[in-house]
Parts: sequence; C-alpha cells; structure tokens
Amino acid sequence: MSLLRSENLHVRIGGIRVVENLDLAVGPGEFWGLLGPNGIGKTTLLKCLAGLDEPAAGQVLLGDQPIGALPRKLLARHLGMLQQHTVYVFDSSVIQTALTGRHPHLGYWEREGPHDVEKAQSALAAVDLEGFAGRSVTGLSGGEARRLAFATLLVQEPDLMLLDEPTNHLDLRHQLRIMRMIRVHAGDTNRSAFCALHDVNLAARYCSHVLMLFGDGEWCAGPCADMLSETSLERLYDCPVERLESATGPRFHPLGS
Amino acid sequence: MMPTTQRRLLFGMLALLSAASVVLAAAVGSVNLGWETWWQALTDPGSEYGELVWRLRLPRAAAAWTVGALLSLSGCLMQVLLRNPLADPYILGVSGGASFAALLGMTAGLSATALPGLAWAGALASIVLVFSLSRGEGPWSGTRLLLTGVVTASGWAALISLLLTLGPDGSLRGMLFWLIGDLSYTSLPGWAVALLVLVFAVCMGMARSLNVLAMGETTARLLGEPTRKVLWGVYLLASVLTAAAVSIAGNIGFVGLIVPHLMRLIVGSDHRVLFPAAALFGGLFLVLSDTLARTVLAPRQLPVGVVTALLGVPLFLLLLNRARVRQ
Repeated sequence: MSLLRSENLHVRIGGIRVVENLDLAVGPGEFWGLLGPNGIGKTTLLKCLAGLDEPAAGQVLLGDQPIGALPRKLLARHLGMLQQHTVYVFDSSVIQTALTGRHPHLGYWEREGPHDVEKAQSALAAVDLEGFAGRSVTGLSGGEARRLAFATLLVQEPDLMLLDEPTNHLDLRHQLRIMRMIRVHAGDTNRSAFCALHDVNLAARYCSHVLMLFGDGEWCAGPCADMLSETSLERLYDCPVERLESATGPRFHPLGS
Repeated sequence: MMPTTQRRLLFGMLALLSAASVVLAAAVGSVNLGWETWWQALTDPGSEYGELVWRLRLPRAAAAWTVGALLSLSGCLMQVLLRNPLADPYILGVSGGASFAALLGMTAGLSATALPGLAWAGALASIVLVFSLSRGEGPWSGTRLLLTGVVTASGWAALISLLLTLGPDGSLRGMLFWLIGDLSYTSLPGWAVALLVLVFAVCMGMARSLNVLAMGETTARLLGEPTRKVLWGVYLLASVLTAAAVSIAGNIGFVGLIVPHLMRLIVGSDHRVLFPAAALFGGLFLVLSDTLARTVLAPRQLPVGVVTALLGVPLFLLLLNRARVRQ
C-alpha cells in the first residue's frame, strides 16, 4: 500500500495552477524528487501534501485516511517535513531543538527520557553536529542550522519525510551525506521520502522517482530512469541540457552561455 | 535543558528568597519595628504591632508576590504567542480596558472597593473585543492579533487621556497611581491565588507545546500541535492573568517584560523551567520593589510601578550586557 497518495488533486496559489488532476502514489521504499523551475509551486504542493494547506480540489491520503481527518499529533508521528527556512527567534540549545522532534511521541506531562536523548545525540552525530549539543541555535551558520533542522526530522522518525530543498546552504560533502541519509531512510520497508530539489543531478543520483512540474497545472511522474532525459529537462527548465555518463549514472549539464 | 540538580537548586533558592522577602516586607515600613517587636508581632497577632503586620503588611506582601507571579507568567505566554521576546502583558489592550473602566469609576466617584470589579469588566470587554475582531476564518495570524491588540490598546489610551483631561482634579492623583501601578491598601483576594495555581498548572501541562510554538506556527503544526486552538488558548490564558493582576494593582509596568526576559537569559527557553522560574522571580521582584516603594521616602509611599521600572532597567541592561560578553 502507498504511504502517501493524492487523488484528483488540484493545487493553486494566487491564481497560479500548480498541479491539476494529480494522481500520485508514493510507495514504501520510494524516494521521490520534485523538480520544477523557480516559483512553479513546489513548496505549495509540499505544504498541501503535508496537510498544512487545503487543496483547491481532490484529496491527499496518508495510508487510507484523508490527511485532513487525522489529528495533527497522530499525523506528526507518521509524517514529518523539513521546511525551506528555519528561523530561531528564541534562543535554545542545539540538543534541546533536536529533542523537539520527540514532541509528537510524548504525552502532556511526559519528559524526554534517556532513550529520547540518545536518539537526538545520534541524529546530531549523523549530521556532523555532535560537538554542538550545548551551543545556542542563534549562533549557527546557515549550513549548520540546515543540518540541525534535518537532525530534528530524523529524531521525529516519521515514516514519510517531506523535504523542501534539504541541500540548501550545504557544502558538497554534506549535500551527499544528507541525500544518502534520506535514501537510507526511504530504503526502509515501510518508509518513503518526497523531496523538492533544485539540483537535477542529486535527483538523478539518489531518487528512485521524480515528479516534474511544468507550470499551468501540467505534471508528469514516474521512475527516474524513464523521466530524466535531455528533452524532458529542456522542457522543464527552458534551457538546453546535455547528458553525460558518469560512474554513478547519468548527469545533466546545462548548455549555453 | 538545565541539569536537574541545578534546576532544583535554583527553584529552591528562589522559593526561599520569596519567603524571606515577604518576611522582610513585614518588618520594614514607615513604622520601623525593631527585630524583637517584629518577631513578637509575627508570632502573636494579638500583640501591639500584630495588627500592623498581619492585617496590613503581610497581606500587601502576599498580594505583591501574587501579582508579580501573574504578570511574569502572562509575559512568558505573550512572548510565545506573538513570537516576540519584547512582547509584554499589556501589549494587546487588556490593561487599557481595565484601566479605562477603573478610571471611569473614579471619575464617577465610586468607592475604591468597586474598582477591581470594574477593572475586571473592562479587561474582559477588551479581551472579547480583540478576540472577536482578530479571530476570523482561516489559519492563525499572529500579525492580525498583534495589530488588532495594539490598535485597541491605543484606543483605550486615548479614552484614558480623555478621562484624565476631563476628570475632576481631586481624582487625578488616584488615577495616576492606578496607571503607574500601586499596591497601597491592597490585600490578596483568594480567587487570585486560586487562579494563579490553576493557570500555572495548565501552563506546565502545555510547556513542551510552547517550546515547539516558540519555533514558529508551521513548525509546531508539523510537530503535532493543533496551533489555532492552542494559540487562542494561550491568548485567553495570558489575558486572564493580566486582567487579574491589573484589577488588583493597576498597571504595574515592566515586570511582565523584564522578568521573563531575565529568566530566559538565565535558565534558557525551555518553558518547563522558565514558567516556575519566572513565577517565583516575578513574585520576589515585586515584593522587593514594593518594600522599597514603601520605605525609600517613608512616610511617603511611591507607587510600586515607579520602582519596578527604576530597578528593572539597569538590572536588565546589566544582564543583557553580561550575556553578550559570554557569547
């Protein structure tokens, strides 16, 4: 059974049609990349899939339940999302912020136990922040804050991860590291990931499937191998593209001056 | 999060200092009791100064402590509600409504005992007004609430100015004291204690949710909070706390802004630690301020609001500066 499905989904924002009649099925073990030019509505679609915004028509289902019918707390145990930006207004420590990922798993009066702290620590270690536990979040660099936000998502342990440009602000090494971790997460039997990306080559290398948004509600979706080609990418980004073969699969290179 | 032992030590110390401050408040004042007379008065309410200590000073100190705790808790809540560390309990017009109603009562020549009730009514009217104007359909909008509240507060301020201008000269001093915040002749109503205990318990139950809300509305929703419901709950809680404090003591400024802020600097932003720390320190701070207000120019009494600001500003700047150096 698919973890996340959309039926007949119509999403609009401010008069722009993001998708029309989207029938999507994100199955277990799948890692979806969401591709499209700037301002096409990738974030809007992600918010809709996360149940944060209402679609114009159609519905989103988590398992077999309409997403709007689930209480947020229950939903948060199964679905987590990395937002495009994280702004910390109030000061807090890195470890305490990572621990907020346990929030949906704890009862009202419950405190985080040693088990939860362990999870937070290993997530911080996974994103190369193990020495940062006691540091203040307001002093982090852009890339460090990004990795902390991802660590918090790991601590939340959702079956389905939605991610809005997870590699923003990251250096090359951490880009690959985070993408690899998402792939490992999605490789689990009951889990999947759905991820807006700007870098076609990260999608080509790590994703199993892609959804492309062309504007005016047009979209197409399918396995990476079938979807990513010079022609589809030229149409998608309105930019000539050449395909190169590398040891880790096909790569796409923009042409023109 | 602070280590458990350190946290307990801090709470213990604040509780002890709170108790000590109340006892100190009973000892000093325009009639200066020696330690011996003071002890006699404290242990025997029937003695010569027993009445003074038990009927005037202790109730006033208890009222000061409670009002300080109410305002501090309210400030903590407001800051998360508006996601702004500079928000204070008065920003959304609750105190304006209360003050207008109380001043109206003074203009009409009503007795002092009628004022708390009037203040409550004015505060409630303001809460309902802001709530219904900013609620609307759709998702939570902190900006809409902030703007509605701030504009409503300005409206009350204008009406208050009008009353000050037109009111009889004889009541001006009383009005001024109310607006600055004053604890003379106040005693502690039982309902305020009950309210403080109740709201504090609710706050502690919500503390982890507030930690998440402090990270932003969308983040909180993604971590499982039904934010619209929770945030309106926070608005109502903070407003009721403010209304209670203002109805007892007028607009004591600065406590609700500075105490949460100071405590954030010291204990961090985990509300499970922040709420008790802020409540305890808020109470302590206001008892000490009020004791100073009674004694510094004795036998003249200053309104406590003057003292809270005079003490608070340098204390705050000092701590802020130290926090910066540490970073």
